[in-house]
Amino acid sequence: MTTTHKRFCQAVVERCGENFQRCLHCLSCASGCPVVAAMTYRPNGVIRLVQYGFSQEVLESPDIWLCVGCNTCTIACPMAIDIPVLMDALREIALENRAKINETGILNFHKEVLDSIQRYGRTHKLEIMMRYKVRQRDLFSDMDLGLKMMAKRKLDLLPSRIADTKSVSKLFKEFKG
Amino acid sequence: MTPMLREMQEISYFPGCSLATSAKENNQSLKEVCAHIGFNLVDLQDWNCCGSSSAHSINSELAFHLACRNLSLAPAGRPLLVACPSCSTRLRMAQHRLHTVPEAREAYELRWGRPVDPDLKIIHFFELIQSRGPFGRQPVDALNGLKFAPYYGCMLAQPPALRYERSYHGLMEKMLGAFGAQAVSWPYPARCCGTFLSVARPEVVSPMIDTIMRGALEAGAECLVTACAMCHLNLEIRCNLKNRLPTFHFSELLAIAYRTPIQKSWFAKHLVDPMPLLKERRLVA
Repeated sequence: MTTTHKRFCQAVVERCGENFQRCLHCLSCASGCPVVAAMTYRPNGVIRLVQYGFSQEVLESPDIWLCVGCNTCTIACPMAIDIPVLMDALREIALENRAKINETGILNFHKEVLDSIQRYGRTHKLEIMMRYKVRQRDLFSDMDLGLKMMAKRKLDLLPSRIADTKSVSKLFKEFKG
Repeated sequence: MTPMLREMQEISYFPGCSLATSAKENNQSLKEVCAHIGFNLVDLQDWNCCGSSSAHSINSELAFHLACRNLSLAPAGRPLLVACPSCSTRLRMAQHRLHTVPEAREAYELRWGRPVDPDLKIIHFFELIQSRGPFGRQPVDALNGLKFAPYYGCMLAQPPALRYERSYHGLMEKMLGAFGAQAVSWPYPARCCGTFLSVARPEVVSPMIDTIMRGALEAGAECLVTACAMCHLNLEIRCNLKNRLPTFHFSELLAIAYRTPIQKSWFAKHLVDPMPLLKERRLVA
């Protein structure tokens, strides 16, 4: 193992504050994970890649974006490793290092949600969906569903806005990389 | 109808974006139930989005500070009710960090101009329900044998940092059971609904939802009951099975059980119409 490899692993440990070196590779996480079928390496595989320092494979993997942080793995883990926190850290490192993101749809969705919070202090779902669709250049999928939800008044036309948008936009200025 | 003798207790209320917009029926029924059991919910003044899954997914510092702003708005001396399990986890994680990391506490005090309230209790709807219990002179046949699959989603799965917090496993069965509903035994009460992947990767979420729905059908349930508005939405919009069971918010069934004023507009917002079932079981006029 080269020093670069070791350095990557150490950087991830420091970033997430979680000592995943405890991992026994017992596969409890993978067998409970609800999205495992869509993953390439599975949660324990992601941990293994980090341990071995395969930074590119990990940072470009769809797995880190597919994890929704439901914590099913964490409660199954006999070593109580907070895997979602590790995934959070890996996504941040991937973005900072401009790694190639193979799940652009999920990333674009997150960006639209954060933009909405930045604008209004709350999420405006209709606008998030419309802007997401434009960003993805996919205007027609889920069109029926959107109309149905509008008819049921599940999507408000106008955003609900907080009064003190200043303090929220200040947070975005400070912390949005 | 509010109880006559009991004094109303004031509670700060954080509805969260879902209950404030796409799941208004959850919000309204929850308020009815709280008023009925003696809690007056006072909206947290100018609350903001907790950051949702997106902030902690790509920017954990931002997620922490967005949650902190909400904590800083909570008036002293009252617990803070957070309606959504996901918002609740975000706010609790932020509070946990404030309690355990002195630097985070200092930064909070500097930014929001007030000390961290060490006594602020963040509570979930389930805690209020549990504190009053199903007992007293309640009609035990109020839910008339309704067979339901209790669906908690991932709300029961807390991150390790919160592992000593209370778990509410079994509360839906106990409460609704006390009013004459019948919980089925089924395999997926704590299976994740797929949450936000529903937008970008619906083809990943649909099989998850189909599995959950099939599990409920095979166990003989007539409906599912959710603790989370996100789960509720995914069950309604991403199920590809022909035979779909209606899904209720826990608060809606409690409102029926307690015989508080029911609004048909709640059920009209459902995408899978629950009215035929409610009529069949004679739970609405």
